[in-house]
Amino acid sequence: MGAEFVQFSLTPILIGILASVACALPGNFLILRRQALIGDAISHVVLPGIVVAFLLSGVVAAMPMLLGAAASAIVAVVLIELVKRVGQVEPGAAMGVVFTTLFAAGVLLLEQSDTSSVHLDVEHALMGNLESLIWLRAGGWGSLFDPVALATLPPELGRMALACAVMIALTLVFWRWLKIATFDEGFAEALGIPAAPLGFGLVIASALAAVAAFEAVGSIIVIAMFICPPAAARLMTSNLERQVLWSVVFATLSAVAGYVMAGYGPLWLGGSDSVSAAGMIAAVSGVILGLACLFGPHRQRVGAARSGGVG
Amino acid sequence: MTPLLDALFLQAGHNAALVAIGAGLLGYASGATGTFLFLRKRALLSDAAAHATLPGVALAFIVMVALGGDGRNLAGLLLGSAITAAIGLVTVQWIVAHTRLTEDAAIGAVLGVFFGVGVVLLTVIQTMSSGRQAGLEDFLLGSTAGMLRQDALVIAAGGALALALTWALRRPMTLVSFDADFATAAGYRVSRIDLMMMLAALVVTVIGLKVVGLVLIVALLIIPPVAARFWTESVGRMIWIAGAIGGISGYAGAAVSASAPNLPTGPIIVLMAAGVFVASLLFAPVRGVAAAFIRQRRFKARVHHRQGLLAIARQEPIRETFTLRLLQRENLIRADGVPTEAGRAAAAKVSRDERRWDIARRIHQDAGLTGRYDGLTPIEDVFTADEIQEFDRRIGPPVAVEG
Repeated sequence: MGAEFVQFSLTPILIGILASVACALPGNFLILRRQALIGDAISHVVLPGIVVAFLLSGVVAAMPMLLGAAASAIVAVVLIELVKRVGQVEPGAAMGVVFTTLFAAGVLLLEQSDTSSVHLDVEHALMGNLESLIWLRAGGWGSLFDPVALATLPPELGRMALACAVMIALTLVFWRWLKIATFDEGFAEALGIPAAPLGFGLVIASALAAVAAFEAVGSIIVIAMFICPPAAARLMTSNLERQVLWSVVFATLSAVAGYVMAGYGPLWLGGSDSVSAAGMIAAVSGVILGLACLFGPHRQRVGAARSGGVG
Repeated sequence: MTPLLDALFLQAGHNAALVAIGAGLLGYASGATGTFLFLRKRALLSDAAAHATLPGVALAFIVMVALGGDGRNLAGLLLGSAITAAIGLVTVQWIVAHTRLTEDAAIGAVLGVFFGVGVVLLTVIQTMSSGRQAGLEDFLLGSTAGMLRQDALVIAAGGALALALTWALRRPMTLVSFDADFATAAGYRVSRIDLMMMLAALVVTVIGLKVVGLVLIVALLIIPPVAARFWTESVGRMIWIAGAIGGISGYAGAAVSASAPNLPTGPIIVLMAAGVFVASLLFAPVRGVAAAFIRQRRFKARVHHRQGLLAIARQEPIRETFTLRLLQRENLIRADGVPTEAGRAAAAKVSRDERRWDIARRIHQDAGLTGRYDGLTPIEDVFTADEIQEFDRRIGPPVAVEG
């Protein structure tokens, strides 16, 4: 736990935790609203957004890409609503039509444009490169108080911290509204809460969290973190406050354990190279969900038979 | 255009022809198979299955290399992918049945976690056979470059299997899709039929890995059925229409992709299908947007026509411009707003129709018939001539409308 750890592992772990928490927070509400797959849809449509942003701006820079990805996420959400309403298609299929089409368009654009010279490829988008977000200038724990070294922190860390802080703030500010509207939309409207805009806002906020996390850690973590920690938390408690806290704990645990196992696990097993940290974080979150499915105190539906009948 | 025409008529070389035929067969099988997933409102289950193939592909590669074979044997890789995809689907079923999580959460969890495990295994492969390019990344987005005759045969066989399964079980599957409770009461094992539905989708997913890749095979299972739904209300026909849409998209997409460089097969096929979907959404009769728009316009015209004539009958001036235009076009009213002879006749007829309806609603007992009064339907469409005569007797003789 010396200088090497600070150099090579501290920032990826921090970014992993921030990305996981930023996605898990809105995930709690998406799961309760049966919109869990919106994270999956968004993480696919981010690709065309990034490609278009690159084609328009001509540079691989964070800001245009974030804007492009956010714009494409909003376009996708609007298109899904449009197909649902105009075509009277059920939500899941509408989502499937829109996100696969946009993803296909993104891949086509990528192949057509001359992006071979820059680091922009589908695999990178899917898998992220958490391992490369290192802090080379750090000399040890003391660097945390050294302004010169701090200036060389990977910029993803600052952006991810900002995104995570925004998600926490939004969750706290809209807590009461979200809670009421999620469980009883009619009651919420009777109270004067704008339930429909709130639902749309939740999806947009999720999109922003997904886009910020996507840039840093790839889409696998985004998809897994939107669903696995909140789903596991849902099986631990029937209280929304506690569920959100559990989900944050699970998300953090997944990020730390996943990163450590990816980086050091192969060494312990006698291997020589590390494996994908993003994949491992998703896998760990799956293990946590699996354990919650088997042993979570609130895993069954209220009123379901012990023998596991479908309620 | 010539390279495109060559490709469309299978003249662009052996590989291009194989890919076009293979993609056409794949599209047909996936469209037909996806129909019931869509009708059962479980379209995104295919997404979980598709992503869950990745760890299987990677594991199969590792096992085949460990046994001393060539890790790239397609049949072996597909077998591996089928196994983990099946595990993924069973996991989704188990989570939904045994916990309180909903299906969308279960799908998302399986999708993300299996894919994550697959990526971990891919990085393991990269390190264990650094000298050898495994090329497993091709399964993400498909790669038709090195497609062999036996690959096309695998697709044909798998597609035929999925199609046969769907066709043989279309009746129970229809029943389960529309009313699972009734199907249970009628003695069908719903869980087993669901399993068959998923098995068919699984087969299509696995054979589609080579051509379009695991991310986009989902599109071929979802888009053709959604597009087909616009054209028919019959399940039997929908299977074939969805198959045709998928098949044409696959064939034409592969041909287009072969006609020029930098046109990847999978995305082109998906965009073809998406084009058919948009065209269906806009122009399909009855359910399409254009049809709905025309219907709405006609309805509006009928209302204005009728209300305009009633105004003439009551000798009130018409000021609404749309109504004026409508009546002038039919020569029922002059440019200065005075009704013509024909207009007065039509007005008298409409006015009489209203009065008949008034009587009918007062004296007739059958609410099912009188309930059809909407201010538009001519009374002749609802009541018999005898009954109308009876209404007329109560109204008295016709009265001319003054201009």
